[in-house]
Amino acid sequence: MTNLELQELEQHTIEQLRYAFDVNRRDLFKFLGAGLVIGICGPTVLAQESGRRSEGQATPEDIASWLHIGSDGKITVFTGKVEMGQNIRTSLAQHVAEELRVPVDSIAMVMGDTQLTPFDMGTFGSRSTPQMGTQLRKVSASAREVLIDMAAQHWSVDRASLSAHDGAVVNSKNGEKITYSALTKGEKIIKVIGRDVVVAPASNWHVAGINVPKVAGKSFVTGDHQYTSDITRLGMLQGKVLRPSAFNATLTSLDTGGAEKLPNVQVVHDGNFAGAVAADSQIATKALDLLKAQWNAPSQPSEAELFDFLRRNPEGNGGGFGGRGGHETGSIDAGMASANKKLEQTYTVAYIAHTPLEPRAAVAEWSDGRLTVWTGTQRPFGVRDELVEAFHLPPDHVRVIVPDTGSGYGGKHTGDAAVEAARLAKAAGKPVKVVWTRQEELTWAYFRPAGVIDIKSGVRDDGTLVAWEFHNYNSGPAAIGTPYNIANQRIEFHPTKYPLRQGSYRGLAATANHFARESHMDALAHLVDMDPLQFRLKNMNDPRLRAAFEAAASRFGWGKLRPSEERGFGIAGGIEKAGYIATCAEVAIDRSAQTVKIVRVAAAFDCGAIVNPNGLRNQVSGSIVQGIGGALFEAIHFQNGKILNPRLSEYRVPRFRDTPKIDVEIIDRKDVPSAGAGETPIVGLAPAVGNAIFNATGIRLRALPMLATNIFDQHQQATSRGL
Amino acid sequence: MATITLLVNGNERKVEPAPEESLLSALRNKLGLTGTKYGCGEGQCGACTVLIDGRSVRSCLTPAATVANKKITTIEGLSPNGSLHPLQQAFLDEEAFQCGYCTPGMIMSAHALLSTNPNPTEEQIIQHMNGNICRCGTYPRIVAAIQQASATGGKRQ
Repeated sequence: MTNLELQELEQHTIEQLRYAFDVNRRDLFKFLGAGLVIGICGPTVLAQESGRRSEGQATPEDIASWLHIGSDGKITVFTGKVEMGQNIRTSLAQHVAEELRVPVDSIAMVMGDTQLTPFDMGTFGSRSTPQMGTQLRKVSASAREVLIDMAAQHWSVDRASLSAHDGAVVNSKNGEKITYSALTKGEKIIKVIGRDVVVAPASNWHVAGINVPKVAGKSFVTGDHQYTSDITRLGMLQGKVLRPSAFNATLTSLDTGGAEKLPNVQVVHDGNFAGAVAADSQIATKALDLLKAQWNAPSQPSEAELFDFLRRNPEGNGGGFGGRGGHETGSIDAGMASANKKLEQTYTVAYIAHTPLEPRAAVAEWSDGRLTVWTGTQRPFGVRDELVEAFHLPPDHVRVIVPDTGSGYGGKHTGDAAVEAARLAKAAGKPVKVVWTRQEELTWAYFRPAGVIDIKSGVRDDGTLVAWEFHNYNSGPAAIGTPYNIANQRIEFHPTKYPLRQGSYRGLAATANHFARESHMDALAHLVDMDPLQFRLKNMNDPRLRAAFEAAASRFGWGKLRPSEERGFGIAGGIEKAGYIATCAEVAIDRSAQTVKIVRVAAAFDCGAIVNPNGLRNQVSGSIVQGIGGALFEAIHFQNGKILNPRLSEYRVPRFRDTPKIDVEIIDRKDVPSAGAGETPIVGLAPAVGNAIFNATGIRLRALPMLATNIFDQHQQATSRGL
Repeated sequence: MATITLLVNGNERKVEPAPEESLLSALRNKLGLTGTKYGCGEGQCGACTVLIDGRSVRSCLTPAATVANKKITTIEGLSPNGSLHPLQQAFLDEEAFQCGYCTPGMIMSAHALLSTNPNPTEEQIIQHMNGNICRCGTYPRIVAAIQQASATGGKRQ
C-alpha cells in the first residue's frame, strides 16, 4: 500500500490488522460442493511476504477474495465488503461477469460474513471499486484461463483455439462447446494466484461500463429484503439498553427491584451496562423506565466553547493521524512578502450526525459457547474483534453476518449494538434483537468531527497565488493539500482533544477542508477582481481538475449569469481519493422569509473508468443532496455531555423540498483506473453554495452549517461582511 | 391483553398488542410484516407509512388498538401475487433508491397521493412527499418514479 492509502486507512480509526480465514479447504468444498476455487493474495500479505514466499504458494489465511464455480454452474464470489446502498453488490458482479464470461445474474455475491468471506478491513475510504473491483477482476480472469486449460486437457487440443463465452469454453476449430459446470464436475481444485494477472482494459469492457440494474432491486421495492432489524430467530426476545445520564458517566448505583417485578422481563446489570429483555420492546422499555439508576457524570465542554476548546487542547505530538497530512514548501514569509494582497480568515465546521435511516441494530444468538451476530456494520471483522474482546472468546467462536444495510455514510464502523445484543442474549439464554431508537442513534453513535481551519494567503495583482498557510484543528487531514500551484505553502493538521465521540463520515474532512479552501479561493478572486473560475484555472495545472471545472461551468452556464440580491452563483471543486469534482450552485435568497434555497446545481465528476454509469449518477446526485444538510442546517447541539437535539424534529436533514435541480456530468476516463465514487462528490457542494450566497449578498459565511439567519442577522452581518 | 382484529392486506389477523403498542410494532413483531420500517418513532421520516382505508398514516404513531377492523395496506399488500404494482415497477425502473430502507414508506406515501390525485404536478409530489426522508438523497429519482407511475395509471387496473 502507498503512504497515501495507509494514511487514509488510519483516518478510519482502524486499530489492528489481523488475518482470519475460518474455512479450510475441506470445509470449503463441504460448504459449496465440488468445483473450482480461485483465490487471490491480499496486497498487504504480498508486501510483507515478498522475498520469503513466492506468489502462488500463499496459504488460505492470505487470500483476500475468491470465487467458486460449482458443478451446478453456480458462481459464488466471496468478499468481506458490505453493501449499504453504494451498489457494489452489482458493480463488483459486473467485473466478475465480464472476465469470467458469464451473465451477471448467474453470480451470487457472499459479502461481509466473517465465517465465509476472507478478512477485509472494512467498507470505507472508497476502496471497494479500485481495490476489490480489480482483485475480483483478476480472480475471474484467472478462473477463466484455468477453465480453458481444463477444456484443452479434456479435449486434448491446443488451448490457442479455445475461448470462453457465456459460461462455456468453445473450440473455434470445430465449434465444440463444454460448460463450466461440466468442466468442474466432481473436481476439487483450489488455485491461489498472485496479483500480476492481466485483465481487460476499460476500453474493452462490455459488461462493466454499462447500466446493469441493481442486483436484487426487486426485493427493495416489495419490502422483502431483510435488513438486520427485520431478522427474526426462533424464541427471539427484544432488548433495550439503559443509557447513561451523560457522556462518560459512571453508574454508581442501580435499583432493579421495580423492573424485575414486571412479568417475563429479565434485567441485566454488568458494571456500567444495564439493560432489559422482554418479548415486546414496549415491555423492555417499560422495564428501563422502572430502573432507578444513579450516574456520576464529569463536567464536559459544551458547544458554546467548542472552537476555543479545540484550539487550546492539542493532542499529543502529532499523535493519531497527525503530521502526515502536513507539509511545507518554499517560505511562507517570503511568499507573503512578495504578495500584493493578503487575506487571513478562520472557518469552522460543526459536529454533524450520519443519521442513517436504518438505525444501528443487531440480532445476537449464542449456541454452545459460540456467538453469531447479524448487524449492519461497515467493518464486520472489526465488530467480530470487538465481540471477541468483550466476551473473551476465541475468534473462530464469533461469526458476524452483515445483511445489506440501510446505509452507513461512514457512521457504522463500530459494533455497539452487536455487543449490547450479545450481552443481553447471553443473560437471556435466547436470541436477542436490539434496535436503536432514533434518539439513541443521534446521541450514542459518533459524529463527523467538528473543526477550526485557519488560512493565511497572499496573491499578486495578476492573480498568481504566492503564499498559502493552512491549519486544520481536529476535523482531519483528508484533502488538506491544495490542488493549486503555490510556491510557498505550509499545511498542517493539528489533532486535538475533542468533546464528543467522533469518527469517519462520507468524505471525512475533505468536506471541511474544501469548504475552507474553496471559500477562501473565492474570496481571493474577489480581492484581485477576477472571475472565480478564471482565478482557479490560472492557478491550476492538473488537466483532469481543469476538465471537471470547465465541464461543470459549461453545464451551469457560468459567466452568462447575472447575480442579484435574490440570486447568486458559486463554483468550487477539488481532488480527493483520485476523483475530480467541480460543483456549481445557484441560490435563491428570500429576504422576507429569511431563507436560502439551493435551486440548481451542476456538477462534473471524473473518477476514471466508469463501472456503472447509472449507479454512479445516483451516488453523485445523492452526495450533493446529502451535502445540503451539512452546508445549510445540520448541526449537533450539545451541552455538558448531553445532546440537545437528538430527534429528527430537532435535527434537520435534507428533504424533497430542499432538493435543487441537479445536473450531473460524469466524465468517463477509460484510460485511467476506476476510483471509488461514493464520497468525493459531496465535497464541492458547501463551498459552491457559500460562494453563491456571497455572490448575491456580499456576506461570507465561514461556518458550517451556513445558517440563513446569519445572512439576515445584523450582528452577524458585521462579522461576515467582507471576504 | 385484549385480542384485536387487524384487517391487513385483505386478511383478518388476530393480535394481542402490548399496552401502547404501535401499529408499526404489531405489524413487524406480531405479524412478521417487516417491509414497514422504523426510522424515527416520531412521524418525521415516513419510513413506517402504511395505508388505513386508503390514506397514508405513520404507523409508528398509531396505536394498534385504534385501527382494529380498519382496512390496513402495507407494502406487502401491493404485490400479493408477486407481480409488481406500477409504483413498485416505476421505483425499480428509475432505480429510485440506494440502500432501499426508505423505499416501502416512499411507495406507500406515493400510493396515497396517486389514489386521490392520479396526475399530480411536480410541486404537488414534493408537497405530498416532503414528510418522507431518503438519507441517500435519491429524491429526484423518486419524483421521476412517481411521475412514471402516474403516467401509466398509477393504480393497478
